[in-house]
Amino acid sequence: MHPIKMAGMAAVLLATAAQAETVFVTLEKDNAIAVLDPVEGKLVKTVPVGQRPRGIAISKDGKTLFVATSDDNLIRMIDSETLKEIGKLPSGEDPETFALSPDGKFMYVSNEDDAEVTVIDIAVKKAVAKVKVGVEPEGITVSPDNKWTISASETTNMLHWIDTNTRQIADNTLVDPRPRAVTFTDDSQQLWATSEMAGTLTIIDAASKQIVQNIKLDVPGVSSDQIQPVGIAIDKERRYGYVAMGPANRVAVINAQTYKVEKFLLVGQRVWNLAFSPDQKRLYTTNGVSNDVSIIDLESLKVTKSVAVGRYPWGVAVKP
Amino acid sequence: MRLLHYWRATIGIVGRELLRFLHQRERFVSALVRPLVWLFVFAAGFRAALGIAIAPPYETYILYEVYITPGLLGMILLFNGMQSSLSMVYDREMGSMRMLMVCPLPRWFLLCSKLIAGTAVGVLQSYAFLGIAWLYDIQAPLMGYVWILPALVLAGMMLGALGLLLSSFIKQLENFAGVMNFVIFPLFFMSTALYPLWKIKESSEILHTLAQYNPFSQAVELIRFALYEQFNQQALLFTVAAFLLFMGAAILGYNPSKGMMVKKGGGGD
Repeated sequence: MHPIKMAGMAAVLLATAAQAETVFVTLEKDNAIAVLDPVEGKLVKTVPVGQRPRGIAISKDGKTLFVATSDDNLIRMIDSETLKEIGKLPSGEDPETFALSPDGKFMYVSNEDDAEVTVIDIAVKKAVAKVKVGVEPEGITVSPDNKWTISASETTNMLHWIDTNTRQIADNTLVDPRPRAVTFTDDSQQLWATSEMAGTLTIIDAASKQIVQNIKLDVPGVSSDQIQPVGIAIDKERRYGYVAMGPANRVAVINAQTYKVEKFLLVGQRVWNLAFSPDQKRLYTTNGVSNDVSIIDLESLKVTKSVAVGRYPWGVAVKP
Repeated sequence: MRLLHYWRATIGIVGRELLRFLHQRERFVSALVRPLVWLFVFAAGFRAALGIAIAPPYETYILYEVYITPGLLGMILLFNGMQSSLSMVYDREMGSMRMLMVCPLPRWFLLCSKLIAGTAVGVLQSYAFLGIAWLYDIQAPLMGYVWILPALVLAGMMLGALGLLLSSFIKQLENFAGVMNFVIFPLFFMSTALYPLWKIKESSEILHTLAQYNPFSQAVELIRFALYEQFNQQALLFTVAAFLLFMGAAILGYNPSKGMMVKKGGGGD
């Protein structure tokens, strides 16, 4: 084949590869969503979305974005291609974080002021249940095997184990002060929870609901009050877990087998939430104070770029 | 035949300098200890643990240790340039300079060979320093270590030429210490080696202007960009211009009929 033609084809292939993945970031202060091309490391566009967008997630088929617009008291459904609104979900007051069930049928929303979790049937766009939980529920997640929904209460310092079938609290786990984010490992065997005030990560065995490990995060040269862990991401093989450390401006790299902190990666200011690329080769962080997103290459464990996105980036979702 | 002559002279001069460098192990160690102390002690105390704001060529937040590394490479080349010119003064006092100068080759060529010899030593030291910095987790992209070579050579030549120029003014070794203090410290501290330009601007506008037009700053920026696989045209042009200026003046200074040698009555040294 002619070398120029080959180069042209390679360029087309590269271009489609580059377009394959899109990162969406909610901008709490700009009332918008930033759309990023993470391969090029560029902000593609910013789309207005509603008042104070925070939590964001994408449906399993990658077609629908769910955005919690906190000051509008609802969750917006947005077409991930056209970025046009296609529906609204009644979330209750001041929705901040939410989680989708693995089958994509239900959504669980934390209602911080009402101390409850609202269960929404996405197909009919209606709230079908409310579960009373501790004071100021924040972090929420559903186990990949769809057995448990976990709600973390910031003030009660508890993780509530809600049985997804009965929608009743089956158990509670007391953790360190101000639990923020909760995430299951892909095999549903472990639950990881961060405690913002204590600066710790707690790892819990899902079967026994017993704490397996409590890791105190500590960065040399950074005062302990600045270490406020929030977002968690654990890779599919459970080799490494990553924890966003808030105003410590770092992501902790934790060996998920030995529970040792292997490295701290310097990112932008007040890093809160994390998301993997679909191939789990990159990790994206939202940096709320420095108004950018840092891109971490997970093979070399290096931060390759920080891209300015807009004011107060909060949540992040990735479309394959 | 004539070309062979030039070649042999260059080999002789560069070989002598490298040999001297290899034999003086203390010199090698001390040349490395200085920037390493800055890296491990000064930069560690300064840390900026929460990261330094993004400015080109960096694309994300960095620790102070990472920022200061190109500046310390500049420091190695600066001290090396000054040291090899110091050895010129020493050579002159000891008489080995005379042996070199009676060699039937143009003086500018001998000076250039001397400069290349000094720069070669500086580049070796720089790579040794980068090797240690790598182990300290200060790691640039691999190709950066290739791109940095021409930048190190040019920066080393420019600073070496400045040293040569200074050495043409100095008659005795004792005078050299003063010049070192008047030249090295202002050059180093009024530059982007230790602090980024925007940071200097926050404290003083005059200092900012001085740092901006300081040839040492430009050399450091050239190295900094090259280490991250980027090309800084302004820094390159500025460094080349400074090199030509210093080298021209040094050649003039070493010319027995025109330069400083006459004024010092040392034309026939």
